[in-house]
Amino acid sequence: MTPSSTHLSEWNARLKRLVQIGGPFLGLLLVGLFFALAHDEFGEPARNTVLAARNLKTVLVQTVIVGIGALGMTLVIVAGGIDLSAGSVVACASVFGARLVVAGWPTGGVVLAVIAAGAGVGLLNGTLISVFRLMPFIVTLGSMSIVRGAAKWLGVNQAVSIPRESPVVALMAVNDPDHFLPLPPGVWLMLALGGLTALVLRQSIFGRHIVAVGSNEATARLCGVRVRTTKLAVYALAGLCFGLAGLLQLSRLTQGDPTVAVGLELDMIAAVVIGGASLSGGTGSVLGALVGAFLMALLRNGTSQIGWPNYVQEIIIGLVIILAVGLDKWRQNKRT
Amino acid sequence: MTPRLQLSGIRKAFGATQALGGVSLEVGPGEALAVIGENGAGKSTLMKVLSGAHSPDAGTMLLDGRPYSPADPLEARRCGVAMIYQELNLVQHLTVAENIVLGVEPGRWGWVNRRERRAQAVRVLAELQSGVDPDAPVSALTIAQQQLVEIARALVHEPRVLILDEPTSSLTGVDVEHLFGVLERLRQRGVSLLYISHFLEECQRVCTRFTVLRDGRTVGGGDLASTSLDQVIRWMVGREVKDLYPRTPHEIGAPVLALNALAGREKPRCARFSIRAGEIFGLFGLIGAGRTETLRTVFGLDPVRSGEVQLDGRSETSTTPARRLRAGVALLSEDRKREGLLLNRSIAENLLLTRLHPVSWCGFVRPQAERRTARSWMDQLEVRAQNEHQAIGELSGGNQQKVAFGRLLYHQARVLLLDEPTRGIDVGSKAAIYLRIGQAAAQGRAVVLVSSYIPELLGVCDTIGVMCRGEITAVRPVADWTEHALIAAAIGQSLDIPHA
Repeated sequence: MTPSSTHLSEWNARLKRLVQIGGPFLGLLLVGLFFALAHDEFGEPARNTVLAARNLKTVLVQTVIVGIGALGMTLVIVAGGIDLSAGSVVACASVFGARLVVAGWPTGGVVLAVIAAGAGVGLLNGTLISVFRLMPFIVTLGSMSIVRGAAKWLGVNQAVSIPRESPVVALMAVNDPDHFLPLPPGVWLMLALGGLTALVLRQSIFGRHIVAVGSNEATARLCGVRVRTTKLAVYALAGLCFGLAGLLQLSRLTQGDPTVAVGLELDMIAAVVIGGASLSGGTGSVLGALVGAFLMALLRNGTSQIGWPNYVQEIIIGLVIILAVGLDKWRQNKRT
Repeated sequence: MTPRLQLSGIRKAFGATQALGGVSLEVGPGEALAVIGENGAGKSTLMKVLSGAHSPDAGTMLLDGRPYSPADPLEARRCGVAMIYQELNLVQHLTVAENIVLGVEPGRWGWVNRRERRAQAVRVLAELQSGVDPDAPVSALTIAQQQLVEIARALVHEPRVLILDEPTSSLTGVDVEHLFGVLERLRQRGVSLLYISHFLEECQRVCTRFTVLRDGRTVGGGDLASTSLDQVIRWMVGREVKDLYPRTPHEIGAPVLALNALAGREKPRCARFSIRAGEIFGLFGLIGAGRTETLRTVFGLDPVRSGEVQLDGRSETSTTPARRLRAGVALLSEDRKREGLLLNRSIAENLLLTRLHPVSWCGFVRPQAERRTARSWMDQLEVRAQNEHQAIGELSGGNQQKVAFGRLLYHQARVLLLDEPTRGIDVGSKAAIYLRIGQAAAQGRAVVLVSSYIPELLGVCDTIGVMCRGEITAVRPVADWTEHALIAAAIGQSLDIPHA
């Protein structure tokens, strides 16, 4: 190879890395820039409304449930799988939590039980997928329906309300809505969990094994990775995240509603994909997924604040997802 | 006489990379020309230009004296230039006849004329004397039969030029002979052949003339009969390769690995051999004899049905790759792309994956230590890459193989199970791998080398065992083997040579 071509391919590699790491941030920057320049229907600049600190706080709170779910989804997608049951698990966990609160369980017990229930569903998914070698898409499509049914059964077909004084509600309660700080505990939880997940996925041996399984299962087995255990752990951890997201859903609505979060798994998947993951496994970024979740929340919130109709939001979010996948494809094509 | 195909000054660049920098060649009707060159010399690009997959930036191509510039592979095929790729390109779910006419189905208004389709298939299959059933699904055929179907597909359009890219890479002795017979008949019918291969002996069998590519340019050529292999190799690498099979002196020690009547799911049926520390044990056999399966069963990738694997004289009952790796047994897969490597991950990740503990702390990989270790191994292995973070799929085959092999060395495996370690890589990388194998043996490691390439087995091994139909039929020191004896043992001697 000639020196100039090495130079060029190095540049190309740098550009690719930039797109991979910076892609979601770049998108966020563009969306931010758009709202900085846009005006709402009354001529008010959107930077004073959409980009005001108090509104960004709201957007952050709106990000939390999808964001925490996206953490689990990132693990699953990087491992080369998919989990369609996430939305149902969120709904079911919220109803389960509400029932426990109503039954007078202590808050710590409620939190642990709800998270454990989510992890339990994940463990079941993982068992079917790794031990019985069924397709993740089919297994979780099935459990999506089963868990949704279970949620309705738990709630006897209706929402279970919890008292507003319950400590569970405090998790997502917005105190002092006029100032950015203090943020509700749920937001901090998402950020802390995001940092932890990112560290595990990037730097831990377990994380390396997850990536190896998603990149090429045969190679992972050849290299002594315990493929089954790894997959099982990934689905269980994802279930744990979905359970936690369900608890925060309960906190936010102050009721466990078996009919919420329909299609929420698709928002999580979209966040992960916008964050730079490939659905064929082996690549993905936790930080990117969180930015992806925030980006979608900001788009939804912002466009409705400047008075755009609902359908425009949906179209824009669809375009963003396709653009993200297009970037991913471009990155892979460049790899010759 | 007008040459069948004449190329002059063909150039092709991809971005800043000049893949072809001026290639000229000429082949007459009924002539076979060997196109020789290391990996990355530009052979594949040249063939893609010829078959219409790429269009050249400059230069002229004449087919029977007329300008030839196909827009796509289908047009090239219609002009009579057909290509047999290294990897088979058949649709597994369709039948042989459906595959043969795929893309050029006889018929009208989008409806296939089934009778005509079958007739065409029967005609070309008969020409090849293949005995392949036109109604059989391709998935039921052997690799050798599938390759014949590929050739049959090329024959549907009365080809004038047939391009073959490493056609024997997945065939063994008998099938290779049959293929050569087919090529000879085609040549006598006036079909011109462009034959690409790393195996120079093979080129000598098939072709009369040759041309050598290096760095995208034609650097030499002539009559194969009057040119020494040394000279050809010098042209290919642009330097002297003093010894293709460097031998590192090594001492043979105590027995390490023993297979005791080992049987797997189907194959091996009964494998029995033992190797000692510092020994290089070659395993030869036809495709399907069960060599790969034997390695996989030893390594725990395939289940053991009966018999046992002994390490240091102790019977090993556990059979997972993870446990084998912990016991110091490592396997190099024959299929780099599908099994050997995480193609979209970095060199460092691929190199260190089996033994992350030395570079980590409390279950977390230390980036500094990882980088340092990966770099030092890349230097040792002479891996050519931008840096240790480059995705391994972006490297050349030879460099990929160095990393895949390096992983076994980094793992400090005592027993190296190598399955076709030099398949599809260039001469320079081959020599580097042979050197490493010798060095590993000198350090007291035991090596099992599965190969279909006899000169390599004879050049590198201390002992060679031959597998035939799932059993190890003969084990002898390398000095007691000849090429002829190996082939005879592999086909079971008393048997007639079957045709395809």
